[in-house]
Amino acid sequence: MTDAETIARWVAPGSRVLDLGCGDGVLLKHLWQTRQAPGYGVEIDDANVVACIRNDVNVLQMDLEDGLAAFADRSFDYVILSETLQTIHRQEPLMQEMLRVGREAIVSFPNFGYWRARIQIALAGHMPVSKELPYQWYDTPNVHHCTLVDFEALCAKLDFKVLERLVLTDGSAVTTLPNLLGSLAVYRVSA
Amino acid sequence: MIVAPQKASFTEPLKLQSGAVLPEFEIAYETYGELNAARSNAVLVCHALNASHHVAGAYANEPENLGWWDNMVGPGKPLDTDRFFVIGNNYIGSCFGSTGPTSTNPATGKPWGADFPVVTVEDWVAAQARLADRLGIERFAAVMGGSLGAMQALQWALSFPQRVRNSIVIAATPRLSAQNIAFNEVARQAIMTDPDFHGGHYYDKGVVPRRGLRIARMIGHITYLSDDAMMEKFGRVLRRVTPGFDFDIDFEIESYLRHQGDKFSTYFDANTYLRITKALDYYDPAAQYGGDLSKAFARAQADFLVVSFTSDWRFSSARSREIVRALLDNRRVVSYLEIDAPQGHDAFLMDDARYFGALRAYFGNIAL
Repeated sequence: MTDAETIARWVAPGSRVLDLGCGDGVLLKHLWQTRQAPGYGVEIDDANVVACIRNDVNVLQMDLEDGLAAFADRSFDYVILSETLQTIHRQEPLMQEMLRVGREAIVSFPNFGYWRARIQIALAGHMPVSKELPYQWYDTPNVHHCTLVDFEALCAKLDFKVLERLVLTDGSAVTTLPNLLGSLAVYRVSA
Repeated sequence: MIVAPQKASFTEPLKLQSGAVLPEFEIAYETYGELNAARSNAVLVCHALNASHHVAGAYANEPENLGWWDNMVGPGKPLDTDRFFVIGNNYIGSCFGSTGPTSTNPATGKPWGADFPVVTVEDWVAAQARLADRLGIERFAAVMGGSLGAMQALQWALSFPQRVRNSIVIAATPRLSAQNIAFNEVARQAIMTDPDFHGGHYYDKGVVPRRGLRIARMIGHITYLSDDAMMEKFGRVLRRVTPGFDFDIDFEIESYLRHQGDKFSTYFDANTYLRITKALDYYDPAAQYGGDLSKAFARAQADFLVVSFTSDWRFSSARSREIVRALLDNRRVVSYLEIDAPQGHDAFLMDDARYFGALRAYFGNIAL
């Protein structure tokens, strides 16, 4: 299972979705084809924006760091942030914007508390490099890593309710010691 | 691609937004590609201030005279005329073939001159709809334009919601800012205070308010380019070895503006310039909805592609985002590109891989 498949399962058929950092638009295309969920993507990268148009996906070239002023309150059922949270400079206002614009937010991110990451820092003494984190520290687009514990603490601080959580490693669900054994986390939260 | 201009005449009067009536009119147009049997592949291209119906290709007797959007429109181009039937049209009030101030007023047998009514974007669209009827096009696959042409593409979606499947809106604004209007007013004042203007009745006096037109064009040109693009292109390069300490041309940019002004004043009509700038100033589809653009777009049914350029300070990206917001509020299908191009407003005419790639992809997904 991938986080995209998880997200598709969580999205109710026919609901309206906004995908922040939508890449080439494949998730939106998948949601339209499998859940008949119409949506828009927000993307900043030129090549990805053109790819979205080629994929016949609505895309808006905007910078997430500027907020979501283009979108009205409660105009979406789900606002999705798939493996993009760690690239954002200011998570807190964006999370608040997501739940202003959407009824629910779906957020996935690489778990920095995953044991392989911990070992690379603790024993090898270098920043983690893995399938989910394929970058060197000096060329990574990621700026704010977090663990499951950190993300849930932020949700608590913002008064957001965690409705659902799925933790994955190599495509399989992890239920035991997720913050240690899970490499990717997917959350569904509401205000 | 060898093309030929055509004309369509309309004898049923056209009631204008101002209340004036145009008793009869002609529209100059060109077509590229073939209308398919289902008549579902027609694309209307709308031009901006100084262009015309000559969008693409060249005339047999003028092989150098390429259409103003020839890089965008043609066989294998982003708007592919092997697939689409493309129509370039000249709006009324212009001076390139459609009825305008230089045309003969049927009531007097003389050129309309100052008596030609002020026309608006809405009037242009109404006239274009007559052309569509004439060509047997019930519904356009797309209406497309940049700058003032983009206003027509927007207005099509509002005036005739059922007749437009896609509205492609490039380097646009939903309304001019006070600064935009200010530049237009300076241009108009330059023309109207030229002693050769004669209140707009200069045709029979054998003169043209050339000085005014030159200055109007110079002002326009400044607003079409970004500060960076102008600096890059001209810098502070001198035309002579040392500064002259007089008022002849010192800098390259002065030479460029004078050249552009001179050229423009030989082919463009002053009465047309006044009217086009007024059409720009008046355009504001939100006005009748208390300034609420979202309400104005409630009637739109088209899908939209909106494109802006980050260095465009004449119609900035913020203006295009207002359009996008209004479309989102109405749950329209819309994509928005904000191209980081350096040229300023004129970027909409330039070949750019991202911009052209997106247009090509967008047109490719329009089912016929």
